[in-house]
Amino acid sequence: MTLFIEQSLNGLQFGLLLFLLAAGLTLVFGIMDLVNLAHGSLYMLGAYFAATFAIWTGSFVLAAVLSLFATLLVGMLVEVIAMRRLYGRDHLDHVLATFGLILFFDESVRLIWGPEGMSLPLPAWLNRSVEILPGVQYSAYRLAIIVVTLSVAVSLYLLVMRTRIGMLIRAGASNREMVGALGVNIKLLYTLVFGLGAALAGLAGLMQAPILTVQIGMGENILILAFVITVIGGIGSIRGALVGALFVGFIDTMGRAFFPDLLRMVLSPTAASTAAPALSSMLIYLLMAIVLIAKPEGLFSTSQR
Amino acid sequence: MTGWFSARNIAIVALVAVLLLLPVYIELGGNRFLLSLFTRIVILALAAVSLNLILGYGGMMSFGHAAYLGIGGYAVGMLAKEGIVSGFVQWPVALGASALFALVIGALSLRTRGVYFIMITLAFAQMAYYVAGGIARYGGDDGLTVNQRSQFVPPVDLTNKVQFYYICVALLLASVFLVWRLINSRFGMVIQGARSNETRMRAIGFPTYRYKLTCFVIAGTMCGLAGALLANHTDFVSPSMMYWTRSGDLIIMVVLGGMGSLFGPVFGAMALLVFEEMLPFIIKVVATPLFGPTAARASEYWQILMGPLLLLVVLFARGGIDGLLRKLDRRERP
Amino acid sequence: MRKALIAAGAVLLLAAGPSLAQQKTIKIGFVTTLSGPTAVIGNDMRNSFELALDHLGRKMGGLPVEVIYEDDAQKPEVGKQKTDKLIESDKVDFISGYIWSNVLLASLKPIVDSKTFLIIANAGPSQVAGEMCSPTVFSTSWNNDQTPQAMGTYMNQKGVKSVFLIGPNYAAGKDMLAGVASTFKGKVVGQELTTWPSQLDFSAELSKARAAKPDAIFVFYPGAAGVQFLTQYAQAGLKDTIPLYTAFTIDETTLPRQKDLAVGVPGAQQWVNDLPNEANKKFVADYMKKHPGMRPSFYGAQSYDAAMLMASAVEATKGDLSNKAAVTAALKKADFKSVRGDFKFGNNHVPIQAFYLQDVVKDDKGEFVLKTVATIVKDNQDIHHQKCPMK
Repeated sequence: MTLFIEQSLNGLQFGLLLFLLAAGLTLVFGIMDLVNLAHGSLYMLGAYFAATFAIWTGSFVLAAVLSLFATLLVGMLVEVIAMRRLYGRDHLDHVLATFGLILFFDESVRLIWGPEGMSLPLPAWLNRSVEILPGVQYSAYRLAIIVVTLSVAVSLYLLVMRTRIGMLIRAGASNREMVGALGVNIKLLYTLVFGLGAALAGLAGLMQAPILTVQIGMGENILILAFVITVIGGIGSIRGALVGALFVGFIDTMGRAFFPDLLRMVLSPTAASTAAPALSSMLIYLLMAIVLIAKPEGLFSTSQR
Repeated sequence: MTGWFSARNIAIVALVAVLLLLPVYIELGGNRFLLSLFTRIVILALAAVSLNLILGYGGMMSFGHAAYLGIGGYAVGMLAKEGIVSGFVQWPVALGASALFALVIGALSLRTRGVYFIMITLAFAQMAYYVAGGIARYGGDDGLTVNQRSQFVPPVDLTNKVQFYYICVALLLASVFLVWRLINSRFGMVIQGARSNETRMRAIGFPTYRYKLTCFVIAGTMCGLAGALLANHTDFVSPSMMYWTRSGDLIIMVVLGGMGSLFGPVFGAMALLVFEEMLPFIIKVVATPLFGPTAARASEYWQILMGPLLLLVVLFARGGIDGLLRKLDRRERP
Repeated sequence: MRKALIAAGAVLLLAAGPSLAQQKTIKIGFVTTLSGPTAVIGNDMRNSFELALDHLGRKMGGLPVEVIYEDDAQKPEVGKQKTDKLIESDKVDFISGYIWSNVLLASLKPIVDSKTFLIIANAGPSQVAGEMCSPTVFSTSWNNDQTPQAMGTYMNQKGVKSVFLIGPNYAAGKDMLAGVASTFKGKVVGQELTTWPSQLDFSAELSKARAAKPDAIFVFYPGAAGVQFLTQYAQAGLKDTIPLYTAFTIDETTLPRQKDLAVGVPGAQQWVNDLPNEANKKFVADYMKKHPGMRPSFYGAQSYDAAMLMASAVEATKGDLSNKAAVTAALKKADFKSVRGDFKFGNNHVPIQAFYLQDVVKDDKGEFVLKTVATIVKDNQDIHHQKCPMK
């Protein structure tokens, strides 16, 4: 039972972290109709910025805040320089152009920070475990991630549902032309939304940095997961992104936790332990395929197109 | 329009001539590694040609085309591991397995469209990738060495590098011919019609879903053949043949060469792979007089140029290489 | 006048022709990881190999040496392609390097088929020690399961009764876990393999290990993954409850980032930087002089030995590498001063050698360093050598 609680927390933490990535992706996807493969690069940049600022300032929290602004800025710059020219183009063009951006960002990071990667040490008050229930120890830092991501999710919900900007965002996701026709400064709105998405990705990256090390290409594996989530949830839907992210987070963690034991019942122990990690990674894609076959537009599709 | 002597046709003839004469050049003392590089180019060009059939002509944006490379490759690798080395068994199995996979995922994926289609084909390819990584008997994540190439009746001998190269070239040209016949047939007209306006095609009475599915299966089978060739070329198969970035590479080849043009993907594959081999070298040569020995290190960062270049092609050279050749032709005739 | 001089020179050159014609270079291909997060290991191997060449005066048996370094990007298919290029295009005499077992296994066929001499400087998949052994293949490292076997023996000595095993799901990972299980006399209460090299979050595995309540956890995570594992192990609060035993997880390439997390975590190794022999003292001192702020790792030590082994064979055959049998015989003698002290080759060309227990301490300058604590086993030979048909 303690194991189950622990694994659920692991799944929750991973799912919420994925939500940060998927939220930005789904916003950009839904409003600008832009497929952005380079979203993972912004996640990577968030981590690199945080590690660098931590060395400069010596404070983890300060570094986190600074790198958040830095990724916001980079995101808006990328939008103005490159992405803006891609709106209204074919999805295939998006895939190619942003694939090119991935190569560019990866190599730039290699040039600036070197190939070794960096690490972002935690302050002592986070780098320990706490007893959450009698007999259940859990990493304080992972708990902190859960708290931060949950509060971000709530603020994002309030932003989208309760503010004027949010109204425009929602309107943009369901009918782009109409928002433009109403005389809203579309260009500025797009830049802001892209920057917001970038900052969310940066936040996810900097929070992962102390758990994983900061390295080139760290955004690519997780990017695909984020895409799977947006597609499961339905493009443009924040709610869908949250549900999809939790699904994927839980399935991935539970798969790794309990799938090997299940497999051992049918396969030899060596074959089972080889097959388990690969097959549990596959579960997520299986989920996505099933969702798309049943609901070809995702679970919570907002788009009328 | 410009008749037979258009820049485009000259380029195609030159391309085929280069492909056919390469072994002669190597026999005359060229670098033997070129043959290995070009065999890879020809095989991947075959895969790109098959992708072009659904992407360029059919408008189906598959982001999982590399899966067939893996399936074709693994069919050869697995059978070889089990002691069945006859190409008359291996190759049909490779083609059949690819066709079956294409039929199943095509039937499911073609119900979705747009970004969802891109993503669901990606999902299926990733599933294939993880399945291959999970089979301990065939190497799992580490991949599988193919100890013996496919056996055919003498004098066909795949271990002879020149002969193997010519077999690949012949299959590439045959597949280009097949695509040419297909797109100019009634079937091809329906496929291309469905790309520009599916509703209209259905209204006229064509069951477009069935047509598209057939096209999807043909492309998958062709790519499976490329996979079988690749396994024979590298003597090694691994799950990474199917990783999503590989599918991305294939798309780049098609777009770089020119979507929906017969020889475009061949140009694209050649341009991309030669570029990959040459760019570090070019940077070294160009930068050494300017920056001295540090330039040698700079050449390790060649991808920093590749990225923006891709962006520029998308923004300003939509037709790819084929589009450029056409533009040349138009300029010649005022 | 000048033309005349050149002409005279040319005549002289022609006269000296026969002897100069034999003057060739020894070409060596070195495949390792020079990009990505594990490039640190590749750089250490390259630095050490270069240092060995410096010590040799950049000559082997009087012949100049040319080394071509290739990056395998830690991917089997890339390593295979680079190996093909070295053999077909560069026509190297020796090929060396190889950090990763899966990269080596993918590249092995063309090397063996072309009868190019291979000196493996790290990877030790069990197949190469057993049924796939070859007269032209040598190793200056170990077989994958030897090091964890030594660790298993050490855990027996410490009275550990039960262990939980965690490692990456690739050729070496599977060999390592099998190795520790083969000598450990207690109970293996659980075993987890993780996707390699992409999975870096070990939360699910650590939770399972905690729930299994073992006396100890054994891990194998080379390179950057070792840093992540130790970090997450500490964050999960396991450091105070379940002791950790390792193989190839803590070394000089990872220690600068593991720091105090690695203190008190034992590892087994066939080479430690403080081994008291002359060759080693020279290697470590000169390495640190040439690369200030860096320390050589066991990866480097094995690469240094690889260069020295090649040199000994070129010396013994007087630079004539065409007689393969003679070169094999010369290599097999291992007639050079190894930085690990004495070792000899078994019938399968894998070293028979000692394994030490190493621990992390703070030196007088406040830096974290590895030091030898004890010798766990002496003259250890891998268990696969009987499967190798060579005598």
